[in-house]
Amino acid sequence: MSIHATPEYLEALRKSAPMLRVEGLRKSYSTPQGAIPVLCGVDFTLAAGASLALTGESGSGKSTLLHLVGALDDADAGEIFLDGVALTLLSERARAALRREKIGVVFQQFNLIPSLTVAENLGFQARLAGRYDAAWQDELAHRLGLAALAARYPEELSGGQQQRVAIGRALAVRPSLLLADEPTGNLDEATGDNVLALALDLVATTGCAFLMATHSQRLAARLQRRVRLDGGVLAAQ
Amino acid sequence: MTLLAGLAIATALWSGVQALNAQARNSYDAATAAISGGGGRMLLAARGGLFEQDLFVKLRRAGVEVSPVLEGASRIGDKNIRIVGVEPVSLPRRSPIAHMRKRADILDDFLTGEGRAFASPQTLRRLDLAEGAQPQTERGRRLPPLTALAEAPPGAIVVDIGVAQRLLDRPGKLSRLILADDAALDEARLKRVAGDALRLVAADDDSELARLTDSFHLNLTAFGFLAFLVGLFIVHAAYGLAFEQRLPTLRTLRALGVAAPNLVAAMACEIAAFTFVAGGAGLIGGYAIAQALLPNVARSLESLYGAQISESLTLDARWGLSGLVMAGAGAVLAAASGFAKTMRLPPLSVARPIAWRAAHHRYLRRQAAFATIALVAAICAYDFGKGLASGFAVIGFSLLAAALFLPVALAGFLALSENLAHRPLARWFFADGRQEISGLSLALMALLVALAANIGVGGMVEGFRQTFTRWLDARLVAEVYFEAATPADARDIEAWARGQPDISAILPVWRAKTRIDGWPIEIVGMTAHETYSAHFPLIEATPDVWTALHAQDAVLVSEQLARRLGVGLGSALDIPTSRRDWRARVVGIFPDYGNPKGQLRVDHEELKRYFDDASGVHYGLRVSPDATARFIDNMQRRFDGAIARILDQSELKSMSTEIFERTFAVTAALNTLTLIVSGVALFASLLTLSDMRQARIAPVWALGATRRELAALEMIRVVAFAAGAAILATPLGLFMTWCLVAIVNVAAFGWRLPFQMFPTQWLMVFLIALCAAILAALIPVARLARAAPTELLKVFSNER
Repeated sequence: MSIHATPEYLEALRKSAPMLRVEGLRKSYSTPQGAIPVLCGVDFTLAAGASLALTGESGSGKSTLLHLVGALDDADAGEIFLDGVALTLLSERARAALRREKIGVVFQQFNLIPSLTVAENLGFQARLAGRYDAAWQDELAHRLGLAALAARYPEELSGGQQQRVAIGRALAVRPSLLLADEPTGNLDEATGDNVLALALDLVATTGCAFLMATHSQRLAARLQRRVRLDGGVLAAQ
Repeated sequence: MTLLAGLAIATALWSGVQALNAQARNSYDAATAAISGGGGRMLLAARGGLFEQDLFVKLRRAGVEVSPVLEGASRIGDKNIRIVGVEPVSLPRRSPIAHMRKRADILDDFLTGEGRAFASPQTLRRLDLAEGAQPQTERGRRLPPLTALAEAPPGAIVVDIGVAQRLLDRPGKLSRLILADDAALDEARLKRVAGDALRLVAADDDSELARLTDSFHLNLTAFGFLAFLVGLFIVHAAYGLAFEQRLPTLRTLRALGVAAPNLVAAMACEIAAFTFVAGGAGLIGGYAIAQALLPNVARSLESLYGAQISESLTLDARWGLSGLVMAGAGAVLAAASGFAKTMRLPPLSVARPIAWRAAHHRYLRRQAAFATIALVAAICAYDFGKGLASGFAVIGFSLLAAALFLPVALAGFLALSENLAHRPLARWFFADGRQEISGLSLALMALLVALAANIGVGGMVEGFRQTFTRWLDARLVAEVYFEAATPADARDIEAWARGQPDISAILPVWRAKTRIDGWPIEIVGMTAHETYSAHFPLIEATPDVWTALHAQDAVLVSEQLARRLGVGLGSALDIPTSRRDWRARVVGIFPDYGNPKGQLRVDHEELKRYFDDASGVHYGLRVSPDATARFIDNMQRRFDGAIARILDQSELKSMSTEIFERTFAVTAALNTLTLIVSGVALFASLLTLSDMRQARIAPVWALGATRRELAALEMIRVVAFAAGAAILATPLGLFMTWCLVAIVNVAAFGWRLPFQMFPTQWLMVFLIALCAAILAALIPVARLARAAPTELLKVFSNER
């Protein structure tokens, strides 16, 4: 008996699959002293609307894993499926399209575009993806407390404000997956807690999957699941 | 590395030009001093030209210790030489060739028999003659056997005064009398013996070449300085970028307790080391540039001014030192802002993010302020003086003002474009471009200056070329021009030519020399003929100019001479002649491009009447065009030894055009070098900035743009900047052309060219700018397009 792969069937299959599936992921960096393995077979899944904290020592490979999942870097082996799409099969152009349409990234150093205003930074990725939604951006600006700062430039903002802009920018595109690499690492504890609370609130609103790398067990505890990256493999906590 | 290269290039261009100038000036001085020994005084004909040998005899008899000299131009083969006649026994001791008196054998040979002709070894090489040779001059006169004498002036052949009079066909005539070292000249006695015939001048004042070529060398210096400035842009840009990169280290050192003056002292030592290394390399480069350009400069100076320049470059320590001083001054100038920032650097400085917008606005305000100051300086320079220096000051300050204004204009254009753009990448492109301006501004300013100089000088040269060609066509109407060996030969040829059926007119172009206000003037005779009245170009003239010229006491004045003497139509001009001043009315002013001497055109009969020593050997002949070649052939066969030179119209035109092209070859070479330097500046800046660019580009890449898209945008940005510079360079270049035509040429040479525009040339310069930008951006952009993701990801790594 054969199953006919109708579009409806494929869509149902996609919906039932996890948003993010990582299988046997390996990555090493070559140095003059030889290859240094960083990821030695990482497997995990993350459903839409779920959140996962990735902890580990400095240099354990958290950022590397996030970069691979974010279609920013290539793995040596293994596969990553995002919304059912295998990343290794994509061309650079398709990966760029995937990044701008489905993935939101929040960096520790914010990485806002200094030559654009807050409003322009917020809408940049969404406009790039052709998915700009003025009402949604207004709501994000309002909820992130950025409405009054829309005309300002990043250099005129505090660290906390800049990180809120970075979160807004990542969510403005309504991504399927939100990645955050030490998003509160450059902020004081109170501001960091505040920013994370906002992020979780908005993640819940959008229903996207959320993967956050942090070395803080306290912050990690606020997400639904926690895993620890140690010796290149994941261990549940 | 960029800094060293920039400093070396700037020094090379400057010291190369200085080497050319020094070489030429040394040659002029050597030529002046070779006979008189430099310094001292001499007697010249008060009315210019030559004077009778009797005066020398009378002065000697009256006890005045003077030594006679006769100088004149001649040719051996196709090489111009100067024949210098001296009297060795009476030569002052200071004269470098006076030591021949101690060599009895040489002295005997020199004074007796067929005599001797002395030439420097270099002159012998140039003439391709060996010692003992006895070449003939263009007048068919044979020289005494040649002997090498290191002290002989370059480009000259020294013979006994009697021999010189024979060779130059000037029997009983002298050019000057050199006073002995300690001769106390009693002016009353001079007046008693010589009347008003002679005037006393310091030997150095008579350095006619130095005087005539001043403008040529000033032009060269100005272009050398322009190239140096463009080179300095690289140094400034490189040092500024290097300073920004090392700022965190400087902050750390300050925080660790190193005093600001100590840091500045260390940086100054570093700059001094750079100066020695780059300055040394620059001097070597300068020597190479000078060596490459010297033959052209030497031939230009010879063609235009009759100056003989030694083609083997000899430079002294002062040249090297001045090159190093310029390198040092340039380096300190470039590093000054870095030193000032270091002095102000607080010991406790948090690693706060760079507030680029505030800095950008401060930068633009500062640029606008300095641009305004430079513009005001340009206006003042224009208002307060009309000389050559003020002309160059107007050009220099205008270029500086435009260069300083360029970043402001680009920022304005980008802000406007950003407001008009809708697509996010386009908006980012323009916004990021504004951020990029300050880093690239110095290189763009250098490009602007180089492009403007190319348009400006190119426009002037092209305008000059077209005007010159039209002028030559109108001026050289006779089909054949010849110079007879002697006036007697000229009469014979003239008599023969009158009987030739192909000849429609014989036009004597006799010449005489005089001086007005110390300037050498050439007086040329004209006969009444349609050749002149229908073709001879005039800038302005009285309605009856040709009738008036051939009536009594009228004169045509060359444009540069009219300007120098401040005379116009209807003015009366007192012309010193062989006997008395001749007062003539100015009835016309004619263009006389390329002639450094003033020229007067007078009626042929008047010339004969007033100037006894007029050389009656030059003629123009109107011949049926189809018979010209046959006629020349016949004439040469018939009068072989009696013709010093014969040329048809096209040969003469091509010779004149060749002189013209050679004169501007050096300017063109310096312009091209300046353009290359600016391209290097752009490349160096882009390469240095490429690391910083990754930090700006990586977030946009992470947000979903491809590396290829971003690389294309980088290329478009650089090309757009270069196009902006080229667009601004066009009006600036036109203004420079106008300054060169209306101020510099008028002050330097005395002639005013019509202002012309050459759009195809602008298009060429525009395309060159785009090509330079593409070439400069190719490597940095390719690096970006091929950057591995890991390279870009470093921007986001937490360790950064």
